[in-house]
Amino acid sequence: MEALFDNREAILAGFWATIRLAAMSALLSLVLGTLLAALRVAPVPVLRWSGTVYVNVLRNTPLTLVLLFCSLGISNTLQLNFDVYDPSFNGYWLAIVGLTAYTATFVCETLRSGINTVPLGQAEAARAIGLTFFQSMRLVILPQAFRAVITPLGSVLIALTKNTTVVIVAGYAEAAFVMKEMLYESTGGTLEIFLGFALGFVVLTLPIGFLTGRLARRLEVKR
Amino acid sequence: MSAGVLFDAPGPRARLRHNVLTLVGVVGLLLIGWFVWRRMSQAGQWDADLWTPFLDPQVWTGLILPGLWGTLTAAAVAAVLALAFGVVFGLGRLSDHAWLRLPSAWIVEFFRAVPVLIMIFFAQYGTFALIGEVLPAFWAVVIGLTLYNGSVLAEVFRSGVLAVPRGQSEAAYALGLRKGEVMRLVLLPQAVTAMLPAIVSQMVVLLKDTALGYIISYEDLLNAGFRTVPANFGNIIPAAIVVALIYIVINLALGWFATRLEARSRRSRKSTAAPVTAPPPPGA
Repeated sequence: MEALFDNREAILAGFWATIRLAAMSALLSLVLGTLLAALRVAPVPVLRWSGTVYVNVLRNTPLTLVLLFCSLGISNTLQLNFDVYDPSFNGYWLAIVGLTAYTATFVCETLRSGINTVPLGQAEAARAIGLTFFQSMRLVILPQAFRAVITPLGSVLIALTKNTTVVIVAGYAEAAFVMKEMLYESTGGTLEIFLGFALGFVVLTLPIGFLTGRLARRLEVKR
Repeated sequence: MSAGVLFDAPGPRARLRHNVLTLVGVVGLLLIGWFVWRRMSQAGQWDADLWTPFLDPQVWTGLILPGLWGTLTAAAVAAVLALAFGVVFGLGRLSDHAWLRLPSAWIVEFFRAVPVLIMIFFAQYGTFALIGEVLPAFWAVVIGLTLYNGSVLAEVFRSGVLAVPRGQSEAAYALGLRKGEVMRLVLLPQAVTAMLPAIVSQMVVLLKDTALGYIISYEDLLNAGFRTVPANFGNIIPAAIVVALIYIVINLALGWFATRLEARSRRSRKSTAAPVTAPPPPGA
């Protein structure tokens, strides 16, 4: 316990960075993912096609490569930065860009599979009573689709929280970075360090699963 | 429900709107393309000598292909071990004995909640505390991937067996088969058909996660293509594009295979179980 206790400030700072990364990229990837899902079911082939290409490219690239590209490619080579004079701020937002770009594809695919769970008859009935496309989407299809994907979206958010550890390659210090430093420096207590950090992630991810699970049961569409 | 049912056949006004949207989409894509192209040329990224290394056979045989081999071997070994791990703990969780069921459940839920990278770090340094030697990067990657993907596969196995209708096992027990025989002769053969697509999808996750080996300097595709190649030719962005393309092609092929398998197991009448999907997260 000594190793964990002596470094408690660094550890808490690491997990605070993890939480900030996860929360901001969760918010942004929900927005971007919804936009992508809208593109992928759009009636216009160009939009549908661009959504499909984006999703298939980002989803099949390892997150490590996406985040490395953000720091080495976008920041170092292309010189696109948020704030060159504040490396910590810059690293944070570059990591957010990478995490959001990657996670949004999973949000998009989850939402799209939610649209597929709505029975055909619902869309046909909505059209039969004269609703337009946007009315039937807003009033009939999407409310049912969103409620069907709460649990899978919880899985995506949990995966995102765990994926923030990969940000170590983009040069922003979060929990995994602190753990690595501690493992490098310490001469013992490896197991405690591992269990301590593992417990930290369990504490972060369990509530997401618990909350989304409860929400999903409460809002479940009875058929 | 397919997206096609969402729309009426467009009338004149809808067609006009679609044409306007198409125009907006094309202009938007062109603007993005122009911005990227301009940025790339400002940074001199279109220079031929950054791209020609990828036409040199020696770059492929000396760097990229050995890296790809490293990725594929790590993925293959981890896949085999993860399947074994998944069978043991997935069936352990279905056991009638609490002393087997509860520890299996704890192990599976724990390793699903912990980031793979944390496990890889621990595998590397934990052995140092135990035997005084840092584990080779290959085995650290394999252990980390095995524990995580094995736990996910354990849940897939469990839901696959549970997806077989109860009448099947009841009928088997009625015939006088024993517990092991019911599992081996009746439940597992049908469950495998149902969970094969989910297993292949998990293999895509596993293959992508081998890239975490980069962080502990395992000689994989990412390390060869994105550290060694740019170190020699200074071509970070072309290297990223080429390496990403290799990953995308492999993963799309695996994903296509999973979709085919799923269509087949939906049609199959050899199994009474519906195809299973990825299990919900712990706590849900």
